[in-house]
Amino acid sequence: MSGKHDKHRSKYTLDRRYPGAFEGETVTRRRFMTVGGQSAGGIAAAAFLLPALGFAVGPIFKSTPHRWESVGPEDLFNPYNYVPVVLTLNPGIGEAGKTTAYVRRFNAAIDTDPYDRGAAYIAISSRCAHLGCPVRWVDAAERFICPCHGGVYDLLGRRVGGPPVRPLDRFYTRVSNGVVELGPRFSVNSELRRFSPRDPAEPLDGIGQYAYPSRPGAQKP
Amino acid sequence: MPKLPAPPIPSSLQAPPPRPGESGGKPTALDHAAEAGATVVDWVDERTSLSGGARWLMFRKVPKGTNWFYTLGSATMFAFLSQAVTGVFLAMYYRPDPAGGAYESIRHVTNEVFLGQFVRGMHKWGSSVMVILVFLHMGRTFFFGAYKYPRELNWVIGVVLLILTMLMSFSGYLLPFDQRAYWATIVGVNINGTGPLLGPYLSDFLRGGPEFGATTLSRFYAIHMLLVPGLLAALIGAHLYLVAKLGTTAPPWLKAEKSSELREADA
Repeated sequence: MSGKHDKHRSKYTLDRRYPGAFEGETVTRRRFMTVGGQSAGGIAAAAFLLPALGFAVGPIFKSTPHRWESVGPEDLFNPYNYVPVVLTLNPGIGEAGKTTAYVRRFNAAIDTDPYDRGAAYIAISSRCAHLGCPVRWVDAAERFICPCHGGVYDLLGRRVGGPPVRPLDRFYTRVSNGVVELGPRFSVNSELRRFSPRDPAEPLDGIGQYAYPSRPGAQKP
Repeated sequence: MPKLPAPPIPSSLQAPPPRPGESGGKPTALDHAAEAGATVVDWVDERTSLSGGARWLMFRKVPKGTNWFYTLGSATMFAFLSQAVTGVFLAMYYRPDPAGGAYESIRHVTNEVFLGQFVRGMHKWGSSVMVILVFLHMGRTFFFGAYKYPRELNWVIGVVLLILTMLMSFSGYLLPFDQRAYWATIVGVNINGTGPLLGPYLSDFLRGGPEFGATTLSRFYAIHMLLVPGLLAALIGAHLYLVAKLGTTAPPWLKAEKSSELREADA
């Protein structure tokens, strides 16, 4: 490695013994081209991969607007038994966007929990807290019963049997011009403490409320 | 024009050499067709050298004792190819419309399209066949010890293929959009959500939102016919490459033969 360029060789790149490494260069041109070419490829790939990925995962972070839906006049409901009503959670997709809720008037003798105080109506979601099948209110047994895996809930929606991990979800209720309206969904733990809506199968007691975080776009009740 | 070397096929299958006097006859149309075919193959091979790779893949040495259990991998691949072909043609009729169009398009395929019931039936039952074959193939690999060194990576690729096959079954289950499809998907997505910390985000990703919504069906459709099949095809290629590269194992009930030197030493 001796030649007329030897006195121009850079001390930084001497050990690499590449031709074409000159005084003042901290990196050989070959290495510069390699790194430059790979960086350009990486940037070009990231330029389409990152937006496409964000596009696909975007709905996770989107917050959905609250909807209030009228379900019937006040005299349709009583404090002793549930009346099923049909709600539209997602408009525009027909039957697939609908769900059933069970509504009754507030009953001070049953609804002793402090969190329920002040609500004029109790609306229980029919979505089973096990894996999301639709539960049915069985009047004779005074139980909500799930057809899929045998979840059983009492009058307040608390689990009394089967695999569910928490009570049935509820909906906010309000009365407007004598008509009962159902609003956003919320979840409750076994003490009926309220949480922002969670998916089924996500426990909310003890460590469960931290292991299953709420959606980034969900508002706290 | 250079001639390809003859592939190592058994002599009983090779064409007999021309008898004396036979070569003098006029070439028939069949000879011309055979010559044209060979010319085309030669033309491609001269520019790609594909024949070497094809021979490397197809004419491998296999161990003594190779039996019908060794065909389960190929059977799985043909089940996949059948799913791919029937799926492409089903996609020509299918509409991922959750407001009723999806169910209607499946009903149309089943009841009105020529051979529609047959092609949809092949796709529907073929999916079960593929899952069963995947498990039989995995069982063969396990019980024959064919996952051991140096084939561990191929086992890992196989496990990924198994998971992708499950994902295909799961995403395809929603597409008919009847009651069973809808509720099975609700349950399946919620099972995904039971994973701590990341589970709720995974559910939201699959549904495209907090509830089963307008884009859930098209999401499942895209996963079912674009995302996963591409990954499956690529990984099946890698799986096959490693099989050809590493060769297959002898069945476990065959003892390794001693080399002739050791046999002499024993004597």
